[in-house]
Amino acid sequence: MSHRTGASKAFLALVRRDLLLAFRRRSEMMQPLLFLLVVVSLFPLGVGPSPDLLGSIAPGVIWIAALLATVLSLDTLFRSDFEDGTLEQFAISGHPVTVIALAKIMVHWLVAGLPIVLLSPLLALWMNLPMDALDVLVITLLLGTPVLSLVGSIGGALTVSLKRGGQLLSLLVFPLYVPLLIIAANAVSAAVAGLPYSGQLGLMGAGLIAALTLAPFATAAALKLSLE
Amino acid sequence: MNRFMLFIHKTGSPPWFYNFSGKLLPWTWGVFLVLLVAGLYLGLVKAPPDYLQGESARIMYIHVPSAYMSMMIYALMAVMGVIGLVWHVRMAEIMMISSAPIGAIFTAIALATGSLWGRPTWGTYWVWDARLTSELVLLFLYLGVIGLYAAYDEPRKAARAAALLALVGVVNLPIIHYSVTWWNTLHQPPSLTSEGSAIHPSMLVPLLIMVVAWKFFYISNLLVRTRLRLIEQDQRKRWVHHILSGADR
Repeated sequence: MSHRTGASKAFLALVRRDLLLAFRRRSEMMQPLLFLLVVVSLFPLGVGPSPDLLGSIAPGVIWIAALLATVLSLDTLFRSDFEDGTLEQFAISGHPVTVIALAKIMVHWLVAGLPIVLLSPLLALWMNLPMDALDVLVITLLLGTPVLSLVGSIGGALTVSLKRGGQLLSLLVFPLYVPLLIIAANAVSAAVAGLPYSGQLGLMGAGLIAALTLAPFATAAALKLSLE
Repeated sequence: MNRFMLFIHKTGSPPWFYNFSGKLLPWTWGVFLVLLVAGLYLGLVKAPPDYLQGESARIMYIHVPSAYMSMMIYALMAVMGVIGLVWHVRMAEIMMISSAPIGAIFTAIALATGSLWGRPTWGTYWVWDARLTSELVLLFLYLGVIGLYAAYDEPRKAARAAALLALVGVVNLPIIHYSVTWWNTLHQPPSLTSEGSAIHPSMLVPLLIMVVAWKFFYISNLLVRTRLRLIEQDQRKRWVHHILSGADR
């Protein structure tokens, strides 16, 4: 068996295993999503239920809540595999660690990122986002949540061997999310105001490709470091 | 072995570095003090007040050099991080992590002086302007590197993790800068570019003196911090005992 087919087989096997594990631990998977719903529902209570005000801050609020929910789920991305030694076995299996990192990131997006996209119409309804901007919100989340998983996985890999890595993780990752937050929230706001937003979406697509090609290598380097 | 690797391995030897930096330090501190006194005298006493901003423009002699240093030190940290990660040079790792607090302080000084200058000039201490925002994000990046280093027990592993984070930050920094610039701009455009200067020589000379003075402050402070960290990490090694027992007598 050549090494190339071995790597793609390992990738698929790892994706299947992690998806299965995620569905066996459904309540753990639900927690970041419930957190997302709770955070968004706090905003009308905090700033007042005025529909105009809620509509104008909706793009930023929904995106910030998506950021917070992602960071909450990042801490568990590598932790259980690190603690029971599975990660070590992956690393010495001969397959590139980058492939292993990419598989784990993909499952993280399927389990933590995609549900945010699916929940976003409900959030838009709560925050009184104009309905003609809903499709743009969904597109920005579709393009942006994979970037959250990819960039966040670097932070997750760097803090996996630390006992209390969770709080540190947010400090490491949030500054890196700044460009994404700015551009995504701006695209949705532009759509609300009836302005063109294709430029912002193009930038987000470029960001996704850049993160997809660069982040797995950094994550793999960080994982190797944590396993030392 | 080529000359570059020879240089790295020679400076990479802790006892050699300790002795060499000890000889260098009085000179770097001396040059810093001379430049500081000259720059402050020319800037605060001799230079004319700005015809638009008045006396408050003199904050620039502290603010601009600090802002330069905040970015230069982060870039240097990335360079030292690469040397540490690729060639496993321990001195580069130690100097990388010793640079982080200095860079963070310069960033904080640039933010604080900028906001003090903003009050009389813009009428407010803080605006979410592009440069202020990217400088604030830079401060968070510095604090992240320091926090990650502090969280690890083993110093070499800690330094390599921090170096990796600094590298990720350096890739992200231009993206952050451009996204924030595109988002909101109020700050004046740079007055000092490679094309030339928009500042009169009576103000430019003290500014440049202060820029060089800050570089010497960074070098001196970095050497002191690196020496202390070396002694702390190598406290059970023979060369440290040798130096410390010699210094006591």
